Amino acid sequence: MSTTTTPTTEPVLEEAVLRSALSNRARPPRASALAASVTFGWRAMLKIKHVPMQLFDVTAFPIMFVLLFTYLFGGALAGSPREYLQGLLPGILVMTVSMITIYTGMGLNTDITKGSFDRFRSLPIWRPAVLVGMLLADTVRYLMASAVVVGLGVALGFRPDGGPLGVVAAVALLLVFAFSLSWVWTVIGLRMQTPESVMQVSMTVLFPLTFASNVFVDPSTMPGWVQAFVDVNPISHLTEASRGLMHGNVEADAIAWVALWSVALLAVFAPLTMRLYRTER
Amino acid sequence: MNAIETEGLVKVFGETRAVDGIDLEVSAGTVYGVLGPNGAGKTTTIRVLATLLRPDAGRARVLGHDVVAAADAVRGCVSLTGQFASVDEELSGRENLVLLGRLLGFRRRAADERAAELLEAFGLDDAADRLVREYSGGMRRRLDIAASIVVTPELLFLDEPTSGLDPRSRNQVWDIVRALVAEGTTVLLTTQYLDEADQLAACIAIIDHGKVIAEGTSGQLKARVGSGRLHVRLERPADRPAAATVLGDLLGEDVQLEGDPARLTARSPDPERAGAALTALAAAGIAVAELTLGQPSLDEVFLALTGHPAEPAPTTEDAA
Repeated sequence: MSTTTTPTTEPVLEEAVLRSALSNRARPPRASALAASVTFGWRAMLKIKHVPMQLFDVTAFPIMFVLLFTYLFGGALAGSPREYLQGLLPGILVMTVSMITIYTGMGLNTDITKGSFDRFRSLPIWRPAVLVGMLLADTVRYLMASAVVVGLGVALGFRPDGGPLGVVAAVALLLVFAFSLSWVWTVIGLRMQTPESVMQVSMTVLFPLTFASNVFVDPSTMPGWVQAFVDVNPISHLTEASRGLMHGNVEADAIAWVALWSVALLAVFAPLTMRLYRTER
Repeated sequence: MNAIETEGLVKVFGETRAVDGIDLEVSAGTVYGVLGPNGAGKTTTIRVLATLLRPDAGRARVLGHDVVAAADAVRGCVSLTGQFASVDEELSGRENLVLLGRLLGFRRRAADERAAELLEAFGLDDAADRLVREYSGGMRRRLDIAASIVVTPELLFLDEPTSGLDPRSRNQVWDIVRALVAEGTTVLLTTQYLDEADQLAACIAIIDHGKVIAEGTSGQLKARVGSGRLHVRLERPADRPAAATVLGDLLGEDVQLEGDPARLTARSPDPERAGAALTALAAAGIAVAELTLGQPSLDEVFLALTGHPAEPAPTTEDAA
């Protein structure tokens, strides 16, 4: 008989050792909400350590986006790639981070399909901790993607008039929005059967949002009905606010819109996520 | 004291009454076996008791706490090892245990120590720092159980703990279950394997289509079927046709010829007939090498109670 299991010989369990391990009944005080959330964040970090390929989406994609759009469209749209990059880079940053938020929903769905969730749900812990921890770890990914985009942009000639402080403020605003947007994908992650379908549904929502926006071109050249959509699109507001912050000419309006969208997304989708999380599948 | 008490527990999924009025009483400090084929409602029952599902009707108390009203208190004293290994494949064995330790409130160092202790006890210390993805089925199962007892629970749910394991790994899981009970944990175990319930459980409930159809010790369940079996091995296989005739006449039951040409088996409602059978065979000049009287297997019990075998078969059931 041939088996494909690892060649390790199955050890004989020592009864005395087993009994002593099982008789250890020390029960520590319950983990606090923060401790549980941080522990779940640590879990996500460990996974990145073991499978670094997971970082492909926060490194390779942003690099591709910046290079492709800058050099394909720059000359035609703004006279030169360098000129185009000044307005494009904050937009690409918004687009990149928004796109990688959907991995939150996929990760959640993978956990559910693999059964890890049953155990977590049967633990005496603060129930949103699994999700909050996951989102905390995602913030690290968003920061990495932001560093890649801004770093590459500066190397290619992006010169933010708002200075480093403006860039930091823009990234901070982006992280707030990304955190809120993630709850949309957690809802999808909890509803769908497979990680693949989560990806498909999320992309279908996100694709029009990122492209039908002011990221790539000035909306004034678009037909009226497209403009109407672009004007209410949160990605447009975020792009406008990021450009303003990076170049030091931000309007309070843009930031207010982003804040409003963030609060609204959070207020609707976070409770919905928790409801779905509590109920069964 | 009872570790689990349920009254008329019901869980409905769409049209299917997965759990259809289950009453259970599980004494603390024992292994209670829930035996039934695929789709009988075993996993659903466990998920309700572990607070993962809300019952649609009926009541369930686990260690004195109501599973709906005091779900959090229940979670504080039970652990669940699901049917599909619920350890994280992308982490090492050690990381899985440290993760659970920290979620349960241990500080980093205490979580590390507890993980090391369990890895050693479960024979996983050599593989501790390998990713679980590379573990064999038996190692994964042991880690899964270890993860459930980072804090030794008062009650452990084990959902088909040995499905798909080789006999050696299965024996290791059995050893762990026996050690747990010896240390005072109550275990509720579901299984499709009659052998497993027989080996481990002090009390067995047989469930089918969401209902408990029989309950009792393995011996009581076997007694309900009523008859034992007489197993005979002959010195000379050539005598078998004659022996079959003698036994058939004596017992008035069908005689079954086994794969081994020297063996035959007959149902024997009354153990005292065994002596008579031996005498009758000797009188007919048939040399007997071995004669044993066995109880019916749980397989036969299941068949007798439900009218269908316990082993998983493709079911096309319509829920009424």
